[in-house]
Amino acid sequence: MKLLTLAIWVPVLAGLLVLASGGDRNAPLQRAIALVGSILGFLVTIPLYTGFKLGDAGMQFEERVSWIPQFSVFYHLGVDGISVLFLLLNAFITVLVVIAGWSVIQSGVAQYMASFLIMSGLLNGVFSALDGLLFYVFFEATLIPMFVIIGIWGGPNRVYAALKFFLYTLFGSLLMLVALLYLYNKSGGSFAILDWWKLPLPLGMQMLLFFGLLFAFAVKVPMWPVHTWLPDAHTEAPTGGSVVLAAIMLKLGAYGLVRFTLPILPDASRQLAWLMIALSLIAVVYIGLVALVQTDMKRLIAYSSISHMGFVTLGLFIFNAYGVEGALLQMISHGFISAAMFLCVGVMYDRMHSRNIADYGGVVNTMPRFAALMMLFAMANCGLPATSGFVGEFMVIMGAMKANFWIAFAAATMLVFGAAYTLWMYKRVIFGAVANDHVAALKDLDGRETLVLGLLAFAVLAMGIYPLPFTELMHASVNELLRHVALPKF
Amino acid sequence: MSDNSLLPALPEILLLAGACALMITDLFVRDERRGTSCALALGVLLACAAGTTFVLWGTGGRLVYSFNGLYVADVMSHVLKLGAYVAVAAALVYSRQYLLDRGLLRGEFLTLLLFALLGMMVMMSANSFLSLYLGLELLSLCLYAMVALNRDSAQSVEAAMKYFVLGALASGLLLYGMSMIYGATGSLTITEVSKQIGTLSRDSTQHTFLVFGLVFLVAGLAFKLGVVPFHMWIPDVYQGAPTAVTLVIGSAPKLAAFAMAIRLLVNGLLDLAGDWQQMLAIAAVLSMAIGNLAAIAQSNLKRMLAYSTIAHMGFMLLGLLSGVVGGNWLNAADAYAAAMFYVVVYVAMSAGAFGMLLLLSSKGFECEQLEDLKGLNRRSPWTACIMMVLMFSLAGVPPTAGFYAKLAVLSATVNAGQVWLAVVAVVFSLIGAFYYLRIVKLMYFDEPKHLAPVAGDAGFRFLLSANGMALLVFGILPQPLMTICFIAIKSL
Repeated sequence: MKLLTLAIWVPVLAGLLVLASGGDRNAPLQRAIALVGSILGFLVTIPLYTGFKLGDAGMQFEERVSWIPQFSVFYHLGVDGISVLFLLLNAFITVLVVIAGWSVIQSGVAQYMASFLIMSGLLNGVFSALDGLLFYVFFEATLIPMFVIIGIWGGPNRVYAALKFFLYTLFGSLLMLVALLYLYNKSGGSFAILDWWKLPLPLGMQMLLFFGLLFAFAVKVPMWPVHTWLPDAHTEAPTGGSVVLAAIMLKLGAYGLVRFTLPILPDASRQLAWLMIALSLIAVVYIGLVALVQTDMKRLIAYSSISHMGFVTLGLFIFNAYGVEGALLQMISHGFISAAMFLCVGVMYDRMHSRNIADYGGVVNTMPRFAALMMLFAMANCGLPATSGFVGEFMVIMGAMKANFWIAFAAATMLVFGAAYTLWMYKRVIFGAVANDHVAALKDLDGRETLVLGLLAFAVLAMGIYPLPFTELMHASVNELLRHVALPKF
Repeated sequence: MSDNSLLPALPEILLLAGACALMITDLFVRDERRGTSCALALGVLLACAAGTTFVLWGTGGRLVYSFNGLYVADVMSHVLKLGAYVAVAAALVYSRQYLLDRGLLRGEFLTLLLFALLGMMVMMSANSFLSLYLGLELLSLCLYAMVALNRDSAQSVEAAMKYFVLGALASGLLLYGMSMIYGATGSLTITEVSKQIGTLSRDSTQHTFLVFGLVFLVAGLAFKLGVVPFHMWIPDVYQGAPTAVTLVIGSAPKLAAFAMAIRLLVNGLLDLAGDWQQMLAIAAVLSMAIGNLAAIAQSNLKRMLAYSTIAHMGFMLLGLLSGVVGGNWLNAADAYAAAMFYVVVYVAMSAGAFGMLLLLSSKGFECEQLEDLKGLNRRSPWTACIMMVLMFSLAGVPPTAGFYAKLAVLSATVNAGQVWLAVVAVVFSLIGAFYYLRIVKLMYFDEPKHLAPVAGDAGFRFLLSANGMALLVFGILPQPLMTICFIAIKSL
């Protein structure tokens, strides 16, 4: 069974099928195809989890077919303990996004659903590609559907946001392309990522390549100071777009750091760890403060995402098992929580057509079920124990503590700021007296919304209470990675 | 095969006969039956394609010289000729309705088009400065006349005048350079010139002479390719010519110009690679810079695509100048094959983009402003989708063929150790991506000015769809085309 091929192409084919099904007249059919396609896409990723051999640090479910012999490029797929969870997360989120867009999207249904399905397949491709060029092709191709999603179904300033998103990320990835070509050249004509891991490179060259790759990944993460596209993109994107952007696309950057930068350039990574840690801490602290003063809910969550991703990069560059596993867990958990937070804002936006905190107040009076669920997600966003948000952050702080007390101290302020901006926003939106007639007229969650948020609530709690199923997958691969990073390469 | 066999030139002979026959038959065709002439021209192209295939099959891809060394038939010339037939056939199909609506579909257009193709084919198979120059002039003169086809339009006539004057100047430069090289080597035959240069020492007087001639040669070539600083004619001609003619100028002649570059620089003057590579590097960087930056400022689509051509030709030069590194030819075939792949893909993109403008134009309406594309997705999602593929391909975003073209060239550049050139190219590609994206933005994110459905007959729409989809298919499976280009370059 070529599971990874299925995981990539089932959603893409479903997307093409939706596109082929005609105009908006066939909207019900298109929604049905999209739902079936996304669920099928999720089902084919489940055997990746159940069939995963624990304790095996190598690549599993490998597939390798010659693709472009001229450049010795292979259609080479495989997952290890680091990447397998992202495929599951991605397939899961895609199902939710399709359901969440069910009735909200009324025009261009086919294009909307198809964009998400195709993007889901491409993202799976990024997480499972073991060939540098294949990775790059998937990495870049994901830009196109996201560009279209933001530009067509986004908010008032969508065009600016879409262009900014595209150009920022394209610039990063083009520099990466040069770096990949250089590696291709140095490795004697091989695009295999696993070959590159063994490639001896002098320190000076590693440094240059580090910055070449860093720009691509830093933009995607996004790290301070190349984060400015994210608040715009998030704010203007439709709910589904924000969800996929935050839950999956941001992970591409950190995933790239784990897959490329750390193992291929270990010496440069160690040498420049101070820089990465500094940038991460700035993201955690400074962006946390920026989030505090936002008046727009989506913008606030966008900044909160940047701040949380700062934790991820911090964890990766302190080079111990706690840090790296914490970072990976934080990525998964952030996938659930940010998705849930954006969906919550989406629920309110669909009813009120406003993202301004000031337009709300007392929502709990009219939407009690919603208020309860959002409470859970807000708490998870601050890293409350027993939610998924806690596990990753705690492990990263533990790892940082082992490395240096002050790094851990600065990182821990995140917990304070996180609680401050999240709960303050929650208080202003949900509690208090009913602010105006619009709020008074709000209807509580319908069945579909409850289902989506309920599934996410389950995931957040399950991961918070019993994270072992997640961490046990990673151990072997993470230890192998750390062992590899510790060895000098020149 | 003997040195004077006519057989290798079978396609040229067929085309010449066909074009003459068309010229005469067309006298007896009434205006409303002009479609017959079109069909006839397509038939001639088909016959040429059969002829080329026959020659390719008959020679088994071997290098064959003919006409006492004036003419060469190798795989590269066959492949480029086949590409040119397809491009010209596409131009015919795309422009038929447009020209009919404007009363321009006369015998002149078809005859000139076929003679221009003949000129291109002679260039592709030239093995002598003389035949190369004759082919070039035949092509150019046909194009000058075609630009002025709409004689009532002052803009067209002005463009033709400009094109003619500057083109004549460039031809003069080229001839001057050729005469210098003739003076230094005593031969007009390219293979002979190459042999002679091999025997010259680097500090002989003849060598100085050669380099002097080379400068003029490169200048003439740069004009024909339309790279900076010899790019001035491109925007005016592209904008001034009727869109159908712009399509012709922007597609197949690029293949001929590429062949000319290969014949002159690689077949003839490879020993001077160190000299011409430097000149091309400057031209390439300036073209990418000026082409991409100026394109941003355009509101006229044809003008924008003209600047985009300049940028693309600059990018293609990167492949040509990465062949020889410090006298080492190891990567030469890869690099030239990359440039060839780039040019072939570019022709497909350019034909598609201008074809799209023709599709969106209608009687009394020229689609040539950026805002004419507004809201195309609402008017016709499929057309918008094709245009989006074309634009992403021009911008070099995977998974489209344009990406692999850029990748192949960049890879050659990095292999040649010119990482800085690759970085410059990448930065300007990014700037270039902006104006292609702007078109996608106009089509998808903006409201249309009117909701008229997109017209155009079935054959046209089918071919245009095939054109766009081909870029996607070659984006997912680029290997066959790359192999063809590689074999073609290997055959030199």
